[in-house]
Order: sequence, then C-alpha cells, then structure tokens
Amino acid sequence: MIISFICRAILLGVPLLFGSVGEIITEKSGHLNLGIPGVMYVGAISGVIGSFMYENACQNDIAAMNPFLSVCIPLLCSIIGSVLMGLIYSFFTVTLRANQNVTGLALTTFGIGLGNFFGGSLIKLVDSEMPSIALTKTSSFFTTKLPFADDLGWVGELLFSHDFLTYLAIAIAIIATIVLKRTRVGLNLRAVGENPATADAAGINVTRYKYIATMIGSAVAGLGGLQYVFAYANGVWSNNAFGDRGWMAIALVIFALWNPSLAIAGSFLFGALCNANNYIQGLGTETQELFKMLPYIVTIIVLVFTSMRKKREHQPPQSLGLSYFREER
Amino acid sequence: MERQVAIELKNITKTFGQKVIANKDVNLTAYKGEILSILGENGSGKTTLMNMISGIYFPDEGQIFVNGKEAVISSPKDAFDYGIGMIHQHFKLVDVFTAAENIVLGVNDGRYNLKKSKEKIKEICEKYGFNLDLDKKIYTMSVSEKQTVEIIKVLYRGAELLILDEPTAVLTPQETKMLFDILRNMKKHGKSIIIITHKLNEVMEISDRVAVLRKGENVGVVNTSDVDPQALTELMVGDKIELNINRTEPKNVADRLVVRGISCFSREGVKLLDDVTFTAKAGEILGVAGIAGSGQRELLESIAGLQKLNSGEIIYHNPKTGKEENLRDKTPMQIRNLGVRLSFVPEDRLGMGLVGNMDIVDNMMLRSYRRGKGMFLRRQKPKNLANEIVERLQVVTPSVSTPVRRLSGGNVQKVLVGREIASSPTVLMVAYPVRGLDINSSYTIFNLLNEQKEKGAAVIFVGEDLDALIELSDRIMVIGSGKITGTVDARNTTKEEIGLLMTKSTKEGEGDGNE
Repeated sequence: MIISFICRAILLGVPLLFGSVGEIITEKSGHLNLGIPGVMYVGAISGVIGSFMYENACQNDIAAMNPFLSVCIPLLCSIIGSVLMGLIYSFFTVTLRANQNVTGLALTTFGIGLGNFFGGSLIKLVDSEMPSIALTKTSSFFTTKLPFADDLGWVGELLFSHDFLTYLAIAIAIIATIVLKRTRVGLNLRAVGENPATADAAGINVTRYKYIATMIGSAVAGLGGLQYVFAYANGVWSNNAFGDRGWMAIALVIFALWNPSLAIAGSFLFGALCNANNYIQGLGTETQELFKMLPYIVTIIVLVFTSMRKKREHQPPQSLGLSYFREER
Repeated sequence: MERQVAIELKNITKTFGQKVIANKDVNLTAYKGEILSILGENGSGKTTLMNMISGIYFPDEGQIFVNGKEAVISSPKDAFDYGIGMIHQHFKLVDVFTAAENIVLGVNDGRYNLKKSKEKIKEICEKYGFNLDLDKKIYTMSVSEKQTVEIIKVLYRGAELLILDEPTAVLTPQETKMLFDILRNMKKHGKSIIIITHKLNEVMEISDRVAVLRKGENVGVVNTSDVDPQALTELMVGDKIELNINRTEPKNVADRLVVRGISCFSREGVKLLDDVTFTAKAGEILGVAGIAGSGQRELLESIAGLQKLNSGEIIYHNPKTGKEENLRDKTPMQIRNLGVRLSFVPEDRLGMGLVGNMDIVDNMMLRSYRRGKGMFLRRQKPKNLANEIVERLQVVTPSVSTPVRRLSGGNVQKVLVGREIASSPTVLMVAYPVRGLDINSSYTIFNLLNEQKEKGAAVIFVGEDLDALIELSDRIMVIGSGKITGTVDARNTTKEEIGLLMTKSTKEGEGDGNE
C-alpha cells in the first residue's frame, strides 16, 4: 500500500512540479505570473484539442494511430497554447508595463474561460451522455510504462512505472536548476530578476530575457495541464476538473524557495498531502476537506521559517513584480 | 616624458528640456597615467559631463575623441568597448550575487567558467592591491567593499579610463586612504583616472590636474602643484550675483532653539553629525550652507525628532510658556505640536511630505486630520486652505482636486512649503525649497520665509545656491562632513569665505575619524 501511496503522490505531484518550475523560471526574470492556473488550463485544453482531432482523423481506431504522433501532436499543441498565453502576459507586463498581478489574474480568468469554452464545444461535438470527453486511446500512449518496469517488483513500480511526462518534469526541473546556477544564461536571467538596471548597464538585453523566460516558463507550466489530463485523468476531460492545482503550483514556488530541484521533492510532498485523506480510514467529508488544507499550511509554515531566518538567498527575486523602466532624465 | 592623450572632449554641450543648460562648450583633455579632478559646486554639470563619456547621456553638440579617434558613445556598452568605465555614486550591483558573479556579469568571454574568471580577477586584485573576498555576497558587504567590487568590475572589462563619481562621499578616512593608494597604483600602470569631487583637500592630495566647472562651463584647468585651495575656491564659486531680496533687519531676536553637541551615526557606522552646536533665533533666518549630503538632512531630522541621536541635546525655548524643553525626549508628534515644522524637499520632491496620488486638499489633510471629530472627514477647512495656497502662491493647477503627482515640480514645492507655513510655526525648517524653481517662484518662496521671520518664527533655511543664501539669511552656518565649520554674518560675507568653509571639512577630521 505504501508503494501505491507514493506512486499516487507522484502522479498527483507532477502537474504541480511542471507548474512551479515554469513559474520559477518566470519569476527569476522578475515577473510574478499569477496567470499560471490559466496557462496550465490552456495547456491542457490545447493538448485535448490536438488529441481529439488526431483521434478523429484516425476514425477512433487505435490500430491506425501512430504512437509517436499521438503523443507529439497533443504535446506540441499544448506547448503552442501555453506559449501564446505567456506571450500575452509578457506583452502586457514587459512591453506595456501593466501591473503584473492584475494581468496575471486576468489571464487566469481568461485561460479558464477559454478552456471551458473549447471543452464545452468538444463535449457537444461528441454528443456523449456524460459532460466529458474521453481520449483514453491517446492516454494509453502517454501512460505506457517502461518495458522492464513489471519485472522489477516494487522497485520497478516505484521508479519505472510512471508516465514519460513525469520523467520529463524531473528532467526539466534538474536542467532548470543547472542552467540557473551554472551557466551564463542563468546568471544573466537571475540578474534581470534581481536588478534589471544593473543587468541593463552590464549590456544584457532585459526585455528579451523577460520575454523568453516568461514564454519558456509558460510552456513548462502548460505541460502540467497536459500531464493532468492524459496521465492522471486517463484522457478524460471535463470542465473545471483541474481544480486549484494552478494555485497550488504557485504556493509550491514559495515552498521550494525558488529552487527547481527542491520543487521536485516539494511536489511529491504536496501530492502526498493532497492524497492523504484517501488513505486514512474513516474520515468524514468535512475532515477530508480539512486534510486538503495541508499543502497550504505547510507553505505558510515554510514562509514563517524563511522570513524568520532572513536569508537573502531564500527570498524572492528582488525586483519581482516591478516593471522596469530604463532611467531617463 | 611624452604624454599620451587618453580622451579629449571638444565643445561638448548638453541641455535638458528647453531651459536647463547642463554643459556648455566644454573642452577637456585627460592624459594616460594621470589623475584628473573635476571640481565644481552642486549642479555645475560635473556628473552630466562624465555621464556623456560613459554613455548614459548623449551630447547635443561636440565631439569626443578616444585615443585620437572620434568616438560615438551612445550606451554604457559602447563606453566599455572604448575602454571607459564609470563608477557611479549609486552602485549597480546585484545584492544576492557574490563579488565574482557581479564582476563577470554581462561579460562574454568564451565558456562560462567562474573558476577561471576568478583567477583573472585575482590577478587584477594583486596587480593594483585590492583586498577582496570574491565569494562574499554583496548584501553582506560594507560600502567600501561594494565600491571595490565596482572598480574591479570596470577593470575586468578592460577599462583604460576610469571615472569615479564622488568616490569618497561614502567612505571613512581610512577607506579613503586605501582608495587613494589603489588609484595611485593604477596611475602607475598607465590608466587615466577622472575623479568628480567637491572636496578641495582631496583634490590637492590625489590629483595631478584639476578642471573646474561652474554653471556647466569649464572655467579653467590647472596643475595641482601650481594652485592653492583659495584660488580653486574662487574659480569654483565665481562672482557674486545680486538678487535683490527684500531683507529686513531682525526684530525681537531671542533664542528659540539651542542645539548642543549632537552626534549621530549611519547604519554603516559613518558619522553623520559630529558634535553640532548652534542656536536658531526667533525673528531671524539662519542659512545653512554646505555640500549636498554633509549632514543637512540629518540635522533637520534630528530637530524634528526623526533621527536617533547618539549624544547631545536640543533645547527649545517655548514662547508661550517661557519654559525650556528638551526635544530629544519627545516624539515627532509632540515636537510638531510645539510648532516646529519641517518642510524638506528631497531629490524626489514627493518622497517626503506629500502623497502623489492624492489631490491638494487631501494632502492638506495629512497634517490636520487629527483635528476633526467624529468618523467622517470634514473637507471644507482643508479645501479653503488649499484654495488659499493655490491663490497666494500662484500654484498652476487645473483645480485643488488634481493629484499632486500631475503638478510640475515647482508647484509641488509651493504646495509643500505653503502647507507648512499655514500652521504658523514657531520654528520653520526648509530644505532646498527653491530647487529647480524658476526665478519668480523662488521669490515667492523667499518672501514667504521673510514673512515668517517677521512674524517671529525662527527660520532655518538649508540651501544650495550661495547667492540666495547670502541675500536671504541673517546668519549663515556652514556644515561640512557633519561638522559645523563656521558661522558667518550674511551681511558681511563673501562667497569665497563660505566656499572655503564648505570645503574645509575633512582636513582636520582625518586624524580622529576612526569609526
């Protein structure tokens, strides 16, 4: 049971991991993208649309579907959708210097509305009795296990039985950490988020870094939505099922102290906490709701501790949320 | 020895907007292996001139030649490419980065390898005698260490010409000495160094030549060995200008504020006020002259109760009760209630005193809201006051309900000073009230100050324009590096005398300032 609990926690945690790594990359450029829930939602629905079209093109016959294409088409669609969202956000906050919080919140509302609109349209198209669409065939390609996973007993289940997006998420988090800490691009990006005037004076193209970081961050976050639909929900889309995972991803950023590697552990912990109520016997509905608070409580505790320790490395980038104007006099 | 020209400026002119001429027809040459000082009062165009060399501004007219070739410098990066590096007064460093990370930031020299870069930085440190821990984070550093990082950063980029803007303003005497040793080392290695400063003794100590700027023009370049401080001061302040301010003889003069031996320190441990003693008298305007940042702000804030003092006392003679009260034990609120008013015009005029997004009436209420009764605000009285100020001081505004942020700088100042005067203070402190104002608005404010003086208030006027100080004040107190360097009778003084007192400052301070 412990193994299944852990696997379940990982499965639940991966969307959060994508979301928070994406948000960390964005925040390192000094932009607080509160549109992440919307971006993830759009990432999910874009993938669903892509997969829906491909499944229809193959007459819903699993034998006719190319495994490679049925994974890549949703993946590509999801990335395009979320990058476009990131582009909207950066155009408003970088070029027009709009307030980041307002833009982000608007983007969330917009993204969820957009997702529900297309989701609803698709549901109407298939004319099913349930208010959802099931893309189980595509999902089966997404969740294909590694061939040797079943031979290795519990080790195989724990380490090798996950969908490929889980491994991708961990890889992205590790790569992001290395890029941020060890490369010139990472140094420059951190400088932009900490003190754009200094970066500008050092000859770094601040606007370009901000745009690219926001868009890459959105693409990564959008994959979280994709993973949710095709791995967690087995390809079943229904409106608003994604829930508050986007906000949890933003909370996870704080929990991980803006370090993508820490977000890996954090996301699994959050996944475990979200899931704990299903594994503890004899909980009423009301206590279950209390259990769902746990991730947020943990985040608050982390906030209290980091504020008390006052270590500057654990604080958000200094110019987070501020628009950058080049000094003019 | 044949001297090689490092940089040559020809007929450089720069104006801001239509009216303000920052630099006019400036010619200047700096040679390799020399230290050139640029000396001038506040607002004489020193920093603007250097900003044009370092690519922050672009000159309107004139040419810049680097190593004999004409150079177009339109960004800090261009300047770096020409081997020019400027160390600004406000450091441009990323706080959470280490010294090494800050130094390599933005330099593209092959694969990113911090270890290799550190080797290179260490070489530079050894060559010029810097002492710096490369793995130390900026936010844990002292001001002097941060400055060192800035200098190494510029050298790492291969600068041959270094420009330092007021490098000693934030340093203790010991740190200044260290800096000067390093500068001499760099000079030995053939770098050219330009220092912007207004400290005469430092000019005499470190530089080979001095260029003096006055009102944006280069009024003379001399060899340091050929001049004395007296001659430099005369060059710096120029001739006296008549302003025709209507100055009345002080009446019913009485001690109002007796300040005895106050001292205070900054967070970095630099002494901001050093044993300051003076008396402000009712019915008199006490001018305070001094280079910007010599402790004027701290002085006024001490009196207003906003600055923590380490020693000394401030005795207030209450004209209503005739009693003596020590302001040091009182809260800013209590001090205000005694009738002590501070109107400080900081660099960003809105920073202290006014709220930009609120209209004039609301800003009036910032001072009077406690007087109201009940839950709701009564806007009539402050509105009347706002209208009165707008009318009397000719504030140009669409209406009193326009956000203060949208008014021009001069009008903002009028609102600020007007509000403080309206409460008929017993002590009125104003700092730079006419900064950036046109001549007519300045006179309006000068007349207001005179009016307060005649009403029997003790007026303390911190100014930067010596002409205005001499014409308006009854006595002038000069402050330098947190010390009172002298008090003169404004009716029988000269600009030269005040100028010398202003720059006298650190000479004696060098021996004992070991904080």
